Amino acid sequence: MDVPILKQGYFLIATVQSALTDSDLLQLRSALVQRVVRCRSRGVIVDVTSLDVMDSFASRTLRDIAQMVRLRGAKMVIVGIQPEVAFAMVQLGLKLENVTTALDLEEGLVHLNQEFSSTDKRL
Amino acid sequence: MEDEIQVPINSDQDIIVARQKGRSLATALGFSSGDATLIATTISELARNIVAYAASGNIRVKVINGSTRQGIQVIAHDDGPGIADVQRAMHDGFSTSGGLGLGLPGVKRLVDEFEIVSEENQGTTVTAKKWKP
Repeated sequence: MDVPILKQGYFLIATVQSALTDSDLLQLRSALVQRVVRCRSRGVIVDVTSLDVMDSFASRTLRDIAQMVRLRGAKMVIVGIQPEVAFAMVQLGLKLENVTTALDLEEGLVHLNQEFSSTDKRL
Repeated sequence: MEDEIQVPINSDQDIIVARQKGRSLATALGFSSGDATLIATTISELARNIVAYAASGNIRVKVINGSTRQGIQVIAHDDGPGIADVQRAMHDGFSTSGGLGLGLPGVKRLVDEFEIVSEENQGTTVTAKKWKP
């Protein structure tokens, strides 16, 4: 199932709406990276509030997307990891190292705005 | 209440079917949302190993009765290449499919009991149990 990606100014917001297969995750990866390039985006938020399981593949793919986005000079924030999901991830040993996370969409936007307002007056 | 499910695992889509059915079974048995998530994640990882290493196999999830409590048993079976060195596969950081999956040590931490039977060229059966508190 496709993950809708909304453009909001210099930011992109991808909202996961149901369980994602591995192919869905890879599709999200290429769609997001392409949109970051096409829209010259400075920040990306991936909202995983409705994900009920984050297994090794999902976690690794999200980490990969964050790194690709970073190499493009943009910043990614994952928002909405559910408490049960966070618990299972830690037990499993999934750390999502070097990936910024925030409580929810609102906090994620605040974070990106702070990140860029100090360096770029256009935002 | 259905007390056993079986899902053939042949593709990444089946991984989701298996973990969703497993979660429903755990929830129906009265597991907390947190424990049901641990069970669903266990199923996801075990099904993922089947797809990655053996291409096809199956996942069975069933209600089990202990002497004082009930639980859920997950059996992941495949007729794939098997694991040459099970002991080594149980070490953190071990993976042979290019880092897909953290492997079995992580899954073992999600459940109460964990057993793996594997023979080279004979396939692999992983049994994981989680008891209701």
